Amino acid sequence: MTATIVPPTTTTKSVPVRRAVRPIPSTRLVKVELRKMFNTRSGFWLLISIGVLSPIAAGSVVIFAPDSDVTYESFARASGFPMSVILPMIAILAVTSEWSQRSGLTTFTLVPSRGRVIGAKAVATLLVGLGSVAVAFAAGALGNVVGSALAGVDTVWNISMPMALQMVLGNLAGMAIGFTLGVLLRASSAAIVGYFVVSFVMPGILLLLASVREWFLDLQPWVDWNYTQVELFEGATNTGEEWAMLASTTMIWIVIPLVVGLFFLRRSEVK
Amino acid sequence: MITVESLTRRYAGFTAVDNVSFTARPGRVTGFLGPNGAGKSTTMRVMVGLTAPTSGSATINGERFAGLPNPGLEVGVLLDASAQHAGRTGREILAVAAATMGLPGSRVDEMLEVVSLTPTEAKRRVRNYSLGMRQRLGIATALLGDPQVLILDEPANGLDPAGIRWMRDLLTEFASRGGTVLLSSHLLHEIEVIADDLVVIGNGRIVASGTKEELLAAAGTLARSTAPRDLAHALEQAGIPSTLAGDGSVRTEADPAQVGAVALTAGIALTELRSAEGAGLEDMFLSLTADTQREGVAA
Repeated sequence: MTATIVPPTTTTKSVPVRRAVRPIPSTRLVKVELRKMFNTRSGFWLLISIGVLSPIAAGSVVIFAPDSDVTYESFARASGFPMSVILPMIAILAVTSEWSQRSGLTTFTLVPSRGRVIGAKAVATLLVGLGSVAVAFAAGALGNVVGSALAGVDTVWNISMPMALQMVLGNLAGMAIGFTLGVLLRASSAAIVGYFVVSFVMPGILLLLASVREWFLDLQPWVDWNYTQVELFEGATNTGEEWAMLASTTMIWIVIPLVVGLFFLRRSEVK
Repeated sequence: MITVESLTRRYAGFTAVDNVSFTARPGRVTGFLGPNGAGKSTTMRVMVGLTAPTSGSATINGERFAGLPNPGLEVGVLLDASAQHAGRTGREILAVAAATMGLPGSRVDEMLEVVSLTPTEAKRRVRNYSLGMRQRLGIATALLGDPQVLILDEPANGLDPAGIRWMRDLLTEFASRGGTVLLSSHLLHEIEVIADDLVVIGNGRIVASGTKEELLAAAGTLARSTAPRDLAHALEQAGIPSTLAGDGSVRTEADPAQVGAVALTAGIALTELRSAEGAGLEDMFLSLTADTQREGVAA
């Protein structure tokens, strides 16, 4: 004898079966964060200003520089200068807008792991940095070819690979400082003010300190972030000691504050 | 299904949420009520992982929010419609959310249609949006991933009457398809119309929870008659205590059937007989939260 068990048929509202949901891949997060950097009005104009200011700066070399200065270094430096100011701002806003504009309420409910979001922002910032520096070098190269032709002098390619790499590193370090301030302060205005204090006010104070206190003179290159930054932009970080100084300032101004900032950011309330 | 268990959130000096437990069930709309600063928003923020609980837990479909692999596809969240980057267009905000969840761009247009934002409006920056438009955009963001659970904080805020009606139908429809809806609101009438279950919170503690019928049944019956005094007298004779209000209505804790029977026996014509829920929810709300009201309403 067989008995058939008839399953009770659901008549009332049935509970929907949970769909199999795949985790969000990190590449997607990076793409989204890249998009968010430039789909706002401020982000859009920062991007445009890079594209516009670089060629203008390179053009000004053609007009104002003496013939002896019509070199690749002059052009690359001129077209890279606007970036060294704008890139840190882009890095700051990439982080702080989530709090200052409160878009974090949506961002962190769609991706609860704040570490992953900040990581994706860091990668996106790095990509923007590399892309912008490539534009600067390209604008510089174009300026050099056109400029030397106009001035009737030989085209001088006087940037070595190590020097170019240091200039790239200098820009990325500037962005890293901005990013760190963003993570630490989580407010656009505070982070931007902080950036100007760190890069324009503090060097003067440290320089003054070094001139009046002899013991600080030897210490300054190890703690003064701007000192090692200028060395990078000059392509003058060559010896092991100079690299160690760079590592030291990076540790003090980027690594430690970033770790502290991330610790608090992951625990803070998003309101 | 949303389950909140012994949830507590303390800040330096005060406890915003104090040992709160409740369940929002699938297929039902759960209304979350409480005076300003009672801890509604804090509870909702803990649910979605924006605020860490001091102790206790909140789970969605049995899982902590932070453990959901792609939360947007399972839970639609709207906590604050104004919390959007003012420099982004409405459309772009939806597009970014869709991209994060891994949804096709066509979903954005569908949602804009659902919440009745025109293509022109969608191209404007959120800075120029009215509160009602932001609210619609927020609801669109919440619905984008076709979730089974909705957590909405004051979604009717700023909506015009047609918008409120639209949202009511939307949420009722959502729940009837088996979805779970938790919504907070100050608009008691709104909650009364839409909610199946109620959770009332005051000073961070749950003061009442249950189905709307259960909670409002306690509010009793309201009856009107051309001879209210006779009605009150007849009720008293039948052993049903009642109060005669100044507007000529008679209120009692007995259910309407009993009152009707009494009136019939006494030969009194009733002009109105109903559960006293019209004022019931407001009365219930005010009496339950009387200790926690800023105004110290005498309930």
